[in-house]
Amino acid sequence: MATVLVAMSGGVDSSVAAALLQREGHEVVGVTMRLWGGESDTGCCSVADVDDARRVAQQLDIDHLVFNFTEDFHARVVEPYVRDHADGRTPNPCVECNRHLKFARLLERADLLGFDAVATGHHARISLVDGVRRVERGADVAKDQSYVVHMLDQAALARTMFPVGDRTKADVRALAVELGLRTATKPDSQDVCFITAKGRSAFLAARIPLRSGTVVDLDGVELGAVDSVELVTIGQRKGVAGVGGGDRRYVVDVDVAAQRVTVGGEADLLVGETVLAAMTWSGAPLSGRVLVQVSAHGAVADAEASTTATGDVALRWAEPHRRVAPGQSVVLYDPTDRYVLGGGTAT
Amino acid sequence: MPPGPADAVYLDHAASTPLRPSVRAAMAPYLELDEHGAYANPSGGHAAARRARQAVDEARDTVAAVLGCQPGEVVFTSGGTESDNFAVLGAVRRHGGTAVCTSVEHHAVLHPVEHLGGRVVGVDATGVVDLDALADALDERTRIVSVMAANNEVGTVQPLLRVTRIVSKKAPQAWVHTDAVQAAAWLDLRDLAKYCHLVSVTGHKLGGPKGAGALVVREGVTLEPLLFGGGQERDRRSGTHNVAGIVGLAAALAETAAERSVTNDRVGALRDRLVDGLLATVDGLHETVPRSLKVPGSAHVCIEGVESEALLYLLERAGVYASAASSCAAGAMEPSHVLLAMGVPKERAAGALRLTLGFASTDADVDRALAVVPAAVAQLRRKG
Repeated sequence: MATVLVAMSGGVDSSVAAALLQREGHEVVGVTMRLWGGESDTGCCSVADVDDARRVAQQLDIDHLVFNFTEDFHARVVEPYVRDHADGRTPNPCVECNRHLKFARLLERADLLGFDAVATGHHARISLVDGVRRVERGADVAKDQSYVVHMLDQAALARTMFPVGDRTKADVRALAVELGLRTATKPDSQDVCFITAKGRSAFLAARIPLRSGTVVDLDGVELGAVDSVELVTIGQRKGVAGVGGGDRRYVVDVDVAAQRVTVGGEADLLVGETVLAAMTWSGAPLSGRVLVQVSAHGAVADAEASTTATGDVALRWAEPHRRVAPGQSVVLYDPTDRYVLGGGTAT
Repeated sequence: MPPGPADAVYLDHAASTPLRPSVRAAMAPYLELDEHGAYANPSGGHAAARRARQAVDEARDTVAAVLGCQPGEVVFTSGGTESDNFAVLGAVRRHGGTAVCTSVEHHAVLHPVEHLGGRVVGVDATGVVDLDALADALDERTRIVSVMAANNEVGTVQPLLRVTRIVSKKAPQAWVHTDAVQAAAWLDLRDLAKYCHLVSVTGHKLGGPKGAGALVVREGVTLEPLLFGGGQERDRRSGTHNVAGIVGLAAALAETAAERSVTNDRVGALRDRLVDGLLATVDGLHETVPRSLKVPGSAHVCIEGVESEALLYLLERAGVYASAASSCAAGAMEPSHVLLAMGVPKERAAGALRLTLGFASTDADVDRALAVVPAAVAQLRRKG
């Protein structure tokens, strides 16, 4: 049995994760990370969520700690998020939070304090495939979160546990009800935690200048204008003049420097190749046929992966693929679609 | 939650203290089904109410004697935060003008002053208010100047006599308030009340109950109430008296004052042994403020190469309850505004450790801390 530090967000998954580990006989301590120190809809660092986590811990009769990681969160997640938008990229802050906070800062802290492992409520599994630890998709296909924890390497995987990964969400909720956990019927969190009800544009407008842009077609003919070119994403259909409507037009390019948004038909969005930067691999880097997922719950597509001269990874799509917005996480799975091979950021 | 180590030692007296047995005994009749009806509302008219009223009146006399003021100058409150808010907000709301305080005040002063758009005066590296800056901050509009008697984090005692001289010279119309919540266990409060217009104290920092405090409002000082209602406390603080709490506050203040010189010597020696022992055994450990400037129960150090949050957890596991700075509503440690104001570099402030002793502290507590702290620091450094 191990001593395990369970990251408890105040949601049902991490509540049940803590309960399951305890049931298995582990020595469990719960921790809630204070991440966002700024304005929120529910008070300081979502005090209500911390309250829920603490009350579940009390019910399970385990210790509960609160760690203040607001500075790291700001430097590693919020600032890059803002910078990416300013540069016309489409960041994935939840992935960066997992990378830098939950599975770097927290693992480091857990190690310092003498814990054997860190656990979270993610719907993913950790399995050994040919002697290599892999992030396997969660048992609940609809809730699978392997995409957002794809960056875990061998050292991290050796000290990480996903206790709810082999259960369906319905099972998790049923178990929470059975245990009488107060979080049993709490809705899943949906949005980026530091964006309040005022929305993404208000958040960014308070931090960077949002500039209007012109909307043009592929021939450069001006079709209209957008309020904030920094908020436009490749593939977007709504909210941009000249986009959407009956002729199914999409944003196919965003040039922030030139304050220009280019729109075209669906075919204009298709590319043959996507290059990934900042690549991480669960095990050894590899090339060859892979399945590729470009959003948290998107479908997978076939591609051939190869390493470029600069160490980036080029994906040659089996069928032309919609252009992936730069900044988005792209995760490679094995050809049976069972486990993560690695992941990077679309360029 | 699971219990901590059975023999854990408590070195967080600046956060709160255990209830003194004598205080508990004094409070008991007002919490129980007393045959004489001491549980009654002291504002009532019958014999039971008069019994409760007598307890409040006598407690007021006791508090006034310990604080060196007249009984009519004592306003009972719910504690330090209410007393501080009442002083700062009450003065400016009633009379207009501006509020001034130091940058190391407790948030119960700092936030009301900031809320009023007041001025915040800096401190030196030991946490002592910059008197020149204070003089510069005062003008004919200043209504209230709030300077704490002793700091809750680092223990620094402020030169209040000099503060009051500057205020009477530069802003003679202004009142001086002191938050004596931390000082009350250690300093003779009669000295403070002599030259301050307003003094905040609370019970639970000196062996009294939580939720019971007082504000000394000297004759001639008038404040806008925070609470309106039944007009208790001569219309200064409405709300049914917390009779047991008030009795407990008075008993705790009286016992503290009676034992003060003995306790200060004893606890001061314990504190010195603790800090000297840590300095001798832990490399890269820095005393934040010289002991000559501090109250006897306060030890505050910054330890290189460790993070407070991690250290506090290891100390807790090894049976030492300590603190670093204040906590937010969620229970997370906040970066210290006090250390920041003193100009302590961020990297050094990250390893802050506050060990605060009180009347209940013993030699064995210090022995335990001297065994546990170096081991915890070594663990963090070995792994880090």
